[in-house]
Parts: sequence; structure tokens; C-alpha cells
Amino acid sequence: MTDQTSLQYTAEHEWILVDGDTATVGITAYAADKLGDVVYVELPKAGSVVSGGTVVGEIESTKSVGELFAPVDGTILEANAAVDADPSLVNSDPFGEGWLIKVTYTALPTLLSFDEYSALIAE
Amino acid sequence: MTDPRPDSDRTSPLHQIHVDGGASFTDFAGWQMPVSYGSDLAEHHAVRTSAGIFDISHMAEILVDGPGAADFLDYALAGRLSAIAIAQAKYSLLLNPEGGIIDDLVVYRLTDDTFFVVANAGNRFAVATALRARAENFDVRVSDLSDAYSLIAVQGPNSREIAKAAAGITEVSVPLDDLKYYWSTDALFDDQPLLIGRTGYTGEDGFEFYIQTDAAANLWAALVAAGEPYGLVPAGLASRDTLRLEAGMPLYGHELGTDSFPVQAGLGRVVNLKKEGDFVGRAAIEAGPPHGSHLLVGLTTEGKRAGRAGYSVVTDDGSQVGMVTSGALSPTLGFPIAMAYVDPFVLEAGTPLYIDVRGNRIAASVVDLPFYKRDK
Repeated sequence: MTDQTSLQYTAEHEWILVDGDTATVGITAYAADKLGDVVYVELPKAGSVVSGGTVVGEIESTKSVGELFAPVDGTILEANAAVDADPSLVNSDPFGEGWLIKVTYTALPTLLSFDEYSALIAE
Repeated sequence: MTDPRPDSDRTSPLHQIHVDGGASFTDFAGWQMPVSYGSDLAEHHAVRTSAGIFDISHMAEILVDGPGAADFLDYALAGRLSAIAIAQAKYSLLLNPEGGIIDDLVVYRLTDDTFFVVANAGNRFAVATALRARAENFDVRVSDLSDAYSLIAVQGPNSREIAKAAAGITEVSVPLDDLKYYWSTDALFDDQPLLIGRTGYTGEDGFEFYIQTDAAANLWAALVAAGEPYGLVPAGLASRDTLRLEAGMPLYGHELGTDSFPVQAGLGRVVNLKKEGDFVGRAAIEAGPPHGSHLLVGLTTEGKRAGRAGYSVVTDDGSQVGMVTSGALSPTLGFPIAMAYVDPFVLEAGTPLYIDVRGNRIAASVVDLPFYKRDK
């Protein structure tokens, strides 16, 4: 079980786990719940260079499509193949097995803390 | 991710039950209605294989009564409502004088002179206003009872056993085993009047229960309790939408609107041009839509990425020849399905079609509707 207070967040409802120069990125439970059952994910390939704030993937539910933003500048280290095979992991374990991408980043922007993100979704 | 948080505040009389049941909510025509209770896919599959219960209390109910009611509806609506029997239901359309669709409706005949008109929530006032305006020269009364009635639907292969087992439902005039599709029966629930229609919007067998608002929570509880051994689950609007889409049923605002003629939506049969006398929209319908008006078709695509409402239908040179009105990855079929309005000349020529899915052109096949038909 991932400790959600140890993660950082974006206003686009993504979470970021920073470990050395690698950022693991997923969408929050709040976002997964709003999307509904995820049936398809389109993730960037390893090696792709991404810039923070741009759309790098899609998360589709039966009823809508969510965009995956790269929260940082960097290079995609890995896309989660398990989620590609079983998109329902995004709903069942958004902060764990349902992670989406790992990015080797060059610089971290200012991100939201757990408390800041909690306040955002409570609005 | 963009935040789809809604900002409207009308709630169903069953709202607290949904909150307690863990529902998430969506704005629908100004109502906060359950979108799902956890998994819209599980709810979808439950309706196809066992049963689901839906709160659709946002739907509008308008009572038309008086000695002129049947003649009035023949004039006001596209179908011949005077021809239906007492207790029978009929799908119909409210047209404007230009032949466009103000709403699609289900009309139940309760007595010779009493009809119960069920309209979409978002069109409640448009329908009530149009009916009242058209009633001027008829001996009839039009009463908007939407606030007084709740509507609960139980849908799925087990729905009949559940409806029969529900505690508190008594005095059922027509045994539910004998009730035919698109017929209704009156009954009592806890001594309050209850109307049960064998109707629905999912492509499965099912029943709809019209009950006065103050009894709705108890009826919901009775149906849920009766459904427990039959795999009944509460189901929200997300699954309702994928279910009706698989069943090829149009949704107002997507496949139907004031800018579409019934014949374009495949609903030509709903308009009765043989009935005597004038009806609103008749002249326009007889003249027909402009040459080349787009037609509603079913499209299927390979892969997993669905064409969705608003996406363009294009040919291989990229020219736009249509527009998707509804689409999803079909939970039952496993591939993407969509309904779309498409240029009839392109359809006739059999030109290969594609859906532009956010910049990716995906080959689409034109198929007959519905996408899914249950085994009877």
C-alpha cells in the first residue's frame, strides 16, 4: 500500500513518486473514480522524450477519455505493461499496481503536497 | 485530466440511498443522478446476465386526460395513440412544425381518456409547454406530474422473478408472467397506486415502476431485497448509456434533436402518415428532409479505441462525411461501437469510412442496428 502522504500531486489529478532521478506517475483515485471503469490506456514508449505539461497518453473509460500529462521534463524509462494488459488496475489500485509511467527527469517543477491536493479535490 | 465536477443540485427522492450505497454522481439535465456504484462495467454485465435496478426519477411524467385526450394526442404526437388499447404503451415522438424532434416519449394509455406521457428530464418543460399549446382546441387537461412521481427500472433476464417477489406489491391486475412487452398493469405498493410497465432502455427484458415520490424509497428497498437472490445490483447512468447504445436505442441530444427528422434517425415507422387529420409536423414530414440529409448508422471499429460523440467520420482522403453521436467500447461485444450521422451518398456508394479518433484514423464498418440483441 503506497503512503499517499509521501506522494506529490498535480492539479491534473496525477501523483508523482520521486526516487532519485526517476519519477513514477499515475492518476489519483479521485481521477480514476471520476473516469469510471478504465478499459484502455495509451502510454508513451520507453525512450520518448517528454516535456512537462504536455499530453503523452490517454486513459479511456467506457464513458470518457482522460489525458495523461507528463508532469516533468524528461525521458520515459518505462510504461506499465501490466496496465496495458489489464487497464482495470487503474481503478483497483491507482496508487500502486495501476501506475502508468516512469520518467527519468531533468528538473522537478513545483508540485502539490498531499494536503494541498486533498484541499483541491475537497473544493 | 480535466475535472468534470458538476454544479447542479436537483436530487432524486432516492438520493440518500445512493449516497449510502457508495454511488458517484453526475449531472444529468440538472439532476444529480448516480453514474455508477463502483464499477459501471460490472453493472452493465449484471443487466445482461442477471439484473440491475436504476433510479430514473429524473424522467418527466405528464398526464393527459379528458374526453378529447386520444384525438389530442393524435394531433400533438407523431403516432396514432388513439389506436392503442388500455394498458398498452407506445414509443412516440413530439415533433415541431418543421418536422424536427422536440422529444421522444413513451405513452401509456391508462383509461379510454387518460394517457401518461413519459418524457426526457431535459425536455420536461419543452414537452409540457408544447402539449399545453397544442391542447387549445381539445377537451383535455395537461398536467405535469413530474415532481409527484418517481421512476424505478429493473432490467435484465431476472427482472420478472424479482418484480414478482417484491414484498408489498399487491393487486397486480395483469400477472407479470402474462404482461407483454410494451404493456402495463396497475397495482398497489403499500396501498399506494403503482404502474408497472414492461418497458425499458437496455435491450433486456425489464419493468419500470411509476410510484408516488414519498413511497419510492420503500419500493426501491423492496425490489433490492427481492433481487438479492437473483444477482440484482444497483446500476447507474454510465451503464444505462452503454446498454442502450448496444441496443441501438437513440438518446435525445445525441441521436435525436430538433435538427433531425425521424426518418434520418431510422424512426420513420414511428410517424403515422396514414392517420386521419392533421398532426403537428405532418406537412414537413410529408415533404421529407432536404436531399442528402445525413442518416443514422451503426459503426464498428477494430481495436479498443472508441469513436465518441462529436468525432468526425471521414473518407480516406480525409474529407468529413459524418459525425459520431454516441460511441463506446462495447462491454458485451468487446469491440468499439458507435452511432453516427453519415452522408447518404457515401453510404450508398459503399465508400470506406474511418472515424477520426483524436487524430488517428480508424477504419469503420457500417452495420445494422442494434449492435446487440438478446436471445428471446
